Formats: sequence, C-alpha cells, structure tokens
Amino acid sequence: MRGRLTNVVVAGLGGQGVLKASDILADVALRAGFDVKKSEIKGMSQRGGSVTSDVRFGQTVLSPMVSPGEADYLLVLEPTQVEPHKHYLKPNGKLITPDAVDVGKLPNKKTLNVALLGALSAHLPLPEAGWLEALREAFRPEFFEHNQQAFLSGRASQSPGK
Amino acid sequence: MPSAKRQLLSGNEAIALAARDAGVALGTGYPGTPSTEILERFSELGGRGQWSPNEKVALEVAIGAAFAGARAIVTMKHVGLNVAADPLFTAAYTGVSGGLIVISADDPGMASSQNEQDNRRYAVAAGVPMLEPSDSQEAYDFLFAAFEISERWKLPVILRATTRVCHSYTIVQPRGPNGAPKPPRFERDIRGRVMIPAYARPAHKRLRQKLTEIEEWNETGSMNPVIKGDKKLGIITSGISFMHAREAAPKASVLKLGFTYPLPMKKIAAFAQGVDRCVVIEEGDPYLVDAIRAAGIAVEGKAEMYRFGELDVPRVRRILDHDLSPEPAKPPGKAPQLCDGCQYRLVFEALRKRDCIVAGDIGCYTLGVLKPFEAMDSCVCMGASLGVGLGLRHVLPPEQARRVVSVIGDSTFVHSGISGLVEMIYNPPTEGHVLIILDNATTAMTGHQEHPGTGRKLDHQPTNKLVLEDLARSLGVKRVHVVEPRVGSNEFERTLDECLASRELCVIIARRPCILIVKRLRELEQSECEKKEAPCAAG
Repeated sequence: MRGRLTNVVVAGLGGQGVLKASDILADVALRAGFDVKKSEIKGMSQRGGSVTSDVRFGQTVLSPMVSPGEADYLLVLEPTQVEPHKHYLKPNGKLITPDAVDVGKLPNKKTLNVALLGALSAHLPLPEAGWLEALREAFRPEFFEHNQQAFLSGRASQSPGK
Repeated sequence: MPSAKRQLLSGNEAIALAARDAGVALGTGYPGTPSTEILERFSELGGRGQWSPNEKVALEVAIGAAFAGARAIVTMKHVGLNVAADPLFTAAYTGVSGGLIVISADDPGMASSQNEQDNRRYAVAAGVPMLEPSDSQEAYDFLFAAFEISERWKLPVILRATTRVCHSYTIVQPRGPNGAPKPPRFERDIRGRVMIPAYARPAHKRLRQKLTEIEEWNETGSMNPVIKGDKKLGIITSGISFMHAREAAPKASVLKLGFTYPLPMKKIAAFAQGVDRCVVIEEGDPYLVDAIRAAGIAVEGKAEMYRFGELDVPRVRRILDHDLSPEPAKPPGKAPQLCDGCQYRLVFEALRKRDCIVAGDIGCYTLGVLKPFEAMDSCVCMGASLGVGLGLRHVLPPEQARRVVSVIGDSTFVHSGISGLVEMIYNPPTEGHVLIILDNATTAMTGHQEHPGTGRKLDHQPTNKLVLEDLARSLGVKRVHVVEPRVGSNEFERTLDECLASRELCVIIARRPCILIVKRLRELEQSECEKKEAPCAAG
C-alpha cells in the first residue's frame, strides 16, 4: 500500500458541520502518523451555500485537492448535495449519506456529521482510539458524550463489506 | 526551549504562528477572504493584531512600525492591495528600518471575490521582492525568510499566497519563538524617508540597485530547489501549482520557484537547457512565462483557457497534453443567499418594489442581486456605490435620476465610502441623492470582524466608536435618518419614500445587528457592563 492515498470528500450545506467533520478526520489521520492535507472552499458558507472539504492522507500528499473521479469516499450530509458532488467519486468509490444512520435515534440532530464520520471510520485504516481522542479534543466536555454515541452508532451501522 | 509540536495548520494559521514566533510587534490589515484568519489567529496567539479602516491605512501603520525598527506584517486580500498600492510603491523607495511583510492573499477562481487579478504583477510594478509559498510549512518558513530579506535590504517584501494555500491544512513543524528582535527606536533619516523629488530620485536608483543585488543572491539561494527527474520533461512552477504539477507529472524534473521576484534567470536558463521539453505551470496570468521568454529562454506556457480559474491536477495534465477540448462543467452547488431572518431582505424588497436603480457595494448584501430580489444594478469595488450612484444621478434624465440609490454596508462605508459621502456633499446632483447604509454592526461577509463603527477592536475589546449618523451630519447632510428595518413596521419604506421624493441629499442608516452575532453581542455587552460594575440590563 506504499504511496497509496486515501481521498475523502465531505459535502453539505453551511452550518451542517462539514468543516468540523473534515477537521476531525484530518486530525485522526495525523495522529495515525500519515501525511495529511485538507482543503476547503468556505467563503460563502455562512450564507447557507454548498460547502465542500477534501481530506487526503497517505505516505506523501501533494495536491490538497481531490480530483473528480478519484474520491474513495464521498460523505454527504445533506441529500440535495449528492448530485453536485457525485462526480468526485471513483467508479467503485463509497457514497455515505444520512441514510447510513438512523437519524431519529441520534442523541442530537447536530451530531449527524459525527455519526456519518463513524460510518466512514468503519472503512478506514485508522484506529478507533485515535477517533475517540480526536473527538474528545474537538468538542467541549458537555458535548463529547453525545458525539461519541453518535460516532459509535455510525461506526456500528457499517457491517463489513456494506 | 521545548521543541514545538507538529501541527495541521491552514496556510493562514501558519503565517500567524510564524509572525508570533518571529516576534512581529504589530500586525495590521482589513478583513478579506482568503486573508482574514491571519490577523485573528495572530491576535489569539498573543500578538498585537488590529483591523484598520482599510488596507491603505493598514499598510501605512505597518510602515510606521517598520520605520521604528520593528517587525510588522500587513494582511489583505488581492483587491486590498489596489487600495494599499499608493503607499506600497513609495515604501519601496523609502525602504524600512525594521522588517515589513505585505501579505497578499489572491483568489484565483474567485471563490469569494469580484475579480481574479494576479498580484504577482504588483511585485514587478512596485519593485518589491516576492515570495510564494505552496503549503503551510512554506507559509511558515517563508515569513521568516521574508523578514531576513526585508531586514537585509531594508525593503518591504510581498508574501503572496492564494486561496488554496491560505485555506488548505497541511502539516507544519514550527521552530518555536525565534529570537527577540531589537527594541524599536526612532532614527532620523530625512533623505531616506521624505520623498520630495530631490530625495526620491536617488531613492529610485537605490531601489534598483538593491533589486539587482537581490536577483544575484536569489540565483544561489535555497528558495528555488530543483527536483531531479526525467530529462524529457522539465516543469518550472511556483505556489500551489507546484503541488498539482508534481502529482500530474511525478517523473518530471521540476524547478520550484519560491522566490519569484526578482527571478533567478540564470538558474532558470540552466534548468531549461538541461531538459528536452520545458513547460511553465502557473495559475492565473502568464507572469513567469512572459518574464522567462523576455529573458530569451525558450519555454512552453499554457493555453489561454487555463488562465481562468484555479489549476488542479487534471487541468495540469491537460496543459501538459496540449488538451484544448472543452472542460467538463462543474455541477452547480447551492448558491449562498441572504439569511432567512436577515433585515436586508426587507430593504431589497422595498428597493425592488420601487424599481430603484441601485448602485451596490461589497458585502453580504451584494446577494441582493440574486433572486428573488434582483435589486442591485452595479457592484464594482469597495465603496464604489457612492461614486457610481452619484455619476448616474448626474447624467440620467430627472425621472430616472430620482430613482438612483446607493447601498453600502457599515464596514464598507468606513473602508472607503466616507470619501464618497464627501463627494456627495461637494458635488450634489440636481435631483439630490439617497444613500442607504446597511448597518448590521459587523463585517459580516468575511466572518463577523469588528470595525471602527462597532466600537470594538479586533479582539472585541471596547474602543472609541465612530458614530455614522454623527459623521454624516457633521459633513453637512441635512436629512439623516436612523431606522430599524423589521417585519411588521413600515418605517423603513416610509423613510425611503420621503427621501426619494425630497430631491435633497439623504442618508438612511438601516440599523439592526446581524442575526448571526446577536448572541455574541449580548455576551459582550454583558461582560463589559459587569466590568464597569454598573447595574446591567437583563439579558
């Protein structure tokens, strides 16, 4: 696997926690000893526009951007954002949408981004301990518990090969 | 000293950390995507960072600090350097005693800008050395290098980044705080700093002499490494394009230019001679390729179609393949819009209903141009709503002139609308004029920065407050109205109708805090009130 990169695109709308999710993913990859780059376009995100964040990790990452047709994973927080971003996915790449988790069972609707990270995490070569440490650093103590629950339920939702 | 931890930082955060570690005494700037986070982070790290009313003032304050021997940075987006160009060109003549770094954050592809000008041209035009980082580690290291160059040759230096460098997160190994700079002190240098013609003529010659020396130094410096590869293809590149090019052509030989003005032409010539095919890969204008060809070195450039927008790995592959076929269109995402509860919705609805001719400006409210409002007829640059509105009023037939309104936000008004207001007083149109200042108590578009009209500094601490209505009245505007646009009240519309009918000079300040900062404002007011130990209004 030397030299092989993992390419993830996270997409959604302003206010959904796209950037928080990609921050956490990048942090976990950094903790696992990978080279990491994360790139985003967020200028107008506070006005409810589309937000996209690319995370790439592996031995050496050059361009910070995921090229169309080269994403291993596309994580979409808002169903309407699948269409504008699906061209990033490589032919056998994995699309993860809110359908992956039972949104009604989340401890808090705002944790959808972390629940979907949980679903993504089941497919990535990154240790669970690293995820939990990164979550603990990413949230204030009073929000950590809900986010950990959301993460674990998302992670459990992905049976091997699903 | 404990060794600093490896961190994942954006280019902007890396520049801020470098500024802190390099002992920068003062950071100034005006908010603008993609540069805004630099000063905010510098301030969070304990540095003295402050917003100025505009980029020109910011650069002048930084020049003053650097005249006193301090290290100073000034940050702005690319179009901000247009505003600051006047002091920049002559600061190249005066030089500085300390270190002065002008950080220009360009926006190729216009993620959040009104044009995609290439500020590398400014380095050439002003005669100021320029460095271009391609990731966060370089953003960090190049700020130190920029100070070394600035202090050695006593010149301002441009650190030119782009959106992809500013807003991409890559790993940085910081050096930690790196030596205490000399304490500032004033040393008189009248001939060096007072640019009357008699002193400016030798100053221009000094500048050119310095640039000749710097070019020679750059030939052997470490900022333009060659990555040895296949001799069949050589790539000359800089900035973020370096990353795309390395990925698109991993076997190619690469000359990576980090110090891009003055260019090391001998090194470039030797590199080009050593490869069979030499291609220049650069984003934006053909700056490198034109300069290299002008020096008599044969290199390939990119087709004109790749001048527009950002480069990425697929586009670099296309350039290398001479692929001129149409590029796949990007599927449209969801466009930004005025927030649901935004008070400006009411303003633009009112303007639309009256078929006003709206000279607009730069900020969130520029979104008033989109559906369902479509209530903006021009947007040129910061502050232009005043001048453009006045020009329209001057020449249009009276029945049209009477419908012209200038619309500007509070931060933009302070940035460069004030001189437009003076113009309105000085050259009033026959039919009068109506200026609407949308005062939401913040610089909203760039992420809610303070400005002189909010009465708070960059770190949200209280300071003297510029009162917009007092300013307008003191300039001689008779009709100054402060109204709060809100659902269920027709006060704004009534005032607008009165003003439009008056044929006088009118300023309407439509004042209501941005709904996104209401909570923060309340917290700030509460804590300020507690500090005064006065009875506080219930939250």
